[in-house]
Amino acid sequence: MPDLIESFADTLRNAGSSGTPLSIRGGGSKAFYGRAVSAEEFCVGEYAGLIEYAPEELVVSARAGTPLAALEAVLARENQMLAFEPPHFGAAATLGGTIACGLSGPRRPYAGAVRDHVLGITCLNGAGKRLRFGGQVMKNVAGYDISRTLTGSLGTLAVLLDISLKVLPRPETEITLRRETTPAEAIRLFNQWAGLPLPLSAGCHHDGWLTVRLSGYEQGVKAAADKLGGDEVPVAGTFWDDLREQRLAFFADARPLWRLAVPPATPPLPLDGDCLIDWGGAQRWYKTGLPAAALRHGAAAAGGHATLFHNGGGNDVFHPLPGPLLALHRRLKHGFDPAGILNPGRLYPEL
Amino acid sequence: MSDNSLINLLRRRLPAHCLLFHPEDLRPYECDALSAYRRLPLVVVIPDTLDQVKTTLRLCSEAGVPVVARGAGTGLSGGALPLTDGVLLSLARLNRILDIDVDNRTARVEPGVTNLSISKAAEPFGLYYAPDPSSQIACSIGGNVAENAGGVHCLKYGLTVHNIRQLEILTIEGERLTIGSQALDSPGYDLLALLTGSEGLLGVVTEVTVKLLAKPETARVVLAAFDSVEAAAAAVTAVIAGGIIPAGLELLDNPAIRAVERYVPTGYPEAAAAILLCELDGTCEDVAAQIERTRRIFVQAGAVELRVSRDEAERQRFWAGRKAAFPAMGRLSPDYYCMDGTIPRRQLAHVLAAIGALSTQYGLSICNVFHAGDGNLHPLILYDANQPGELERTEELGGRILELCVAVGGAITGEHGVGVEKINQMCVQFNGDELAQFHAVKQAFDPHGLLNPGKAIPTLQRCAEYGALHVHRGNLPHPELDRF
Repeated sequence: MPDLIESFADTLRNAGSSGTPLSIRGGGSKAFYGRAVSAEEFCVGEYAGLIEYAPEELVVSARAGTPLAALEAVLARENQMLAFEPPHFGAAATLGGTIACGLSGPRRPYAGAVRDHVLGITCLNGAGKRLRFGGQVMKNVAGYDISRTLTGSLGTLAVLLDISLKVLPRPETEITLRRETTPAEAIRLFNQWAGLPLPLSAGCHHDGWLTVRLSGYEQGVKAAADKLGGDEVPVAGTFWDDLREQRLAFFADARPLWRLAVPPATPPLPLDGDCLIDWGGAQRWYKTGLPAAALRHGAAAAGGHATLFHNGGGNDVFHPLPGPLLALHRRLKHGFDPAGILNPGRLYPEL
Repeated sequence: MSDNSLINLLRRRLPAHCLLFHPEDLRPYECDALSAYRRLPLVVVIPDTLDQVKTTLRLCSEAGVPVVARGAGTGLSGGALPLTDGVLLSLARLNRILDIDVDNRTARVEPGVTNLSISKAAEPFGLYYAPDPSSQIACSIGGNVAENAGGVHCLKYGLTVHNIRQLEILTIEGERLTIGSQALDSPGYDLLALLTGSEGLLGVVTEVTVKLLAKPETARVVLAAFDSVEAAAAAVTAVIAGGIIPAGLELLDNPAIRAVERYVPTGYPEAAAAILLCELDGTCEDVAAQIERTRRIFVQAGAVELRVSRDEAERQRFWAGRKAAFPAMGRLSPDYYCMDGTIPRRQLAHVLAAIGALSTQYGLSICNVFHAGDGNLHPLILYDANQPGELERTEELGGRILELCVAVGGAITGEHGVGVEKINQMCVQFNGDELAQFHAVKQAFDPHGLLNPGKAIPTLQRCAEYGALHVHRGNLPHPELDRF
């Protein structure tokens, strides 16, 4: 699609020379995420399609506009998957939006985050230059790791074009177990188990119930399930999908949704509101009307950070950066997007 | 300000035992493990404390003197090669393990701590640090971060970038920044990824929090022999396609097998064209299931001999030969040059054949011992540096191999880094716009280019001289720059 890339580059060059900020849009499924951007919409979803998929290489390459569901269906036919279990948040979700937002699902603590599976990215920087970083191989330390740096940068550094990802075989067997327990005990168990050679692939606690998933070869998973104990949940698939897509009853609540990332063994935080623990303790979702400062302080005191994920209504979304780090972010942003036209303000007002 | 005055400033601010400037004291620091490149620095600074590191950087920054940081000096690409007019900053004395957090499965360590000592400290808790470069007994974690070090177990457990949580760094101005966090992610850009593998060009690592994993219940190795390299290469692909992710999957070709057997008789089948060592780890039940599948796949792929380690002692024996491969080459030849390219696995057979042809063309023997599972080649070129012109021919052959890797869709370095060694091949892997973007990143961290200048990222002028700069649509990037 060289013509389309050339037209994207033209748009960027024109926006750069006229100083017109652009709001990059793929499928629009994650438009809610991040700070509001008042800018001209720049639709890039048309740049779509599978480029190459070699199951025996464990690598897939696709254009950023490729629907995430379509990509996952292609992988499923070969019994493979995106191991970071990305949330879609709607049928329109694209691969590019998934990478740009950098969100990972329940398997993240055990299989790695979206950035851990990014092998290479081709992009257009703010000046409209087409650049390729990384590649299609598992190990590549030539040059700075810019493809991982672009992951989660919310479109503030570059427009993503082609993306290569590491894929993994789907587990032969998965078992989900459930038991009734307190949040404190659940956190203790998640972290005790993670220190043992067990095939864990997800761990969640909410409303008095601990739910844990085991994935791997049939014999190994069954042996591990016997060790852990608890009741097997027969319709497990929908539970983890519903958790990932925020369709559980917990999320159906008009209050703001906060995401707190903390060291996994952090005891329950003394914060008012309803809490759902995911990622074996490392991700805590809060439905709460508490002021931002309380959540930021709670997360930071534990060595983590807080994000106003949804229903915020404000513009104070991401955890503030210390001054010197923010200054470095600004210099980096300037190095990719000197005219400041790419999603300005989506991540921080200064970027 | 003259160089001598920097030495004087350093002498006033740092204890005498932290400074080396007599030529005989500088000698041990003239090179890293890429010993073909040697240079004496202006001064070596070996701080005892973080404050002394900060002081050194501030003084260098103010004086405009370049700084090369050094860990254990085991790097294979010349990343720690000193600069004649620069400071060589050794982090070797910052070598304390600060904390092992068993509940969160992390270790917080100073940069001079060796890779292996982290796993040793974690062992009583049933935990370990996964990346295991072959130099792990000596190499430092700070150097591992700078080079994004890998090892035998990368395919399943990833490189350094996948196994660290947080860095404390000092900028060239001596400003302290926390990169990443103790949680699984952090706000803002993923600077943890950007810093990892940046070869000391962006900041000086002063503390690392690494992720620890539960030690697998068991590990076993399948040794499979093949009567052609092509069959062994196809078997590698078949294992991965069969849904198995081995903990390690190594290939030794016949010259390597014979060299190893002469050095430490391990019992490798000497008649085989190639052997594969396939390590499977996990719970006992998981490993048993994987072994059965792997055996079936190897038989179908034409293995002429199959052995499965029956106990830990036998597993260690299977590995002993692989681990002795490099010293075994040292016996075979006065010098050898270890390359480090990566390729898509399906290109293995083709690339190995092409390397064989290059070996004949240059009249230099090549042995292959490498991480086949992730397509990371380590061709060892055997040569004699005392023969006039042989080192130059070896380097040229090495360069051709790396360019071959790029041509089949791979990369010029999988785990050793670019350093000074592969700086010309960077011009083959990246075009001028991409290199300019790298320089813009460098500019954001180190505007005056004082951290490890001349390594890792070539200037556009250098690429023009090398004759390998990509030209897009007939236009040289940055036509405003002079070419000479």
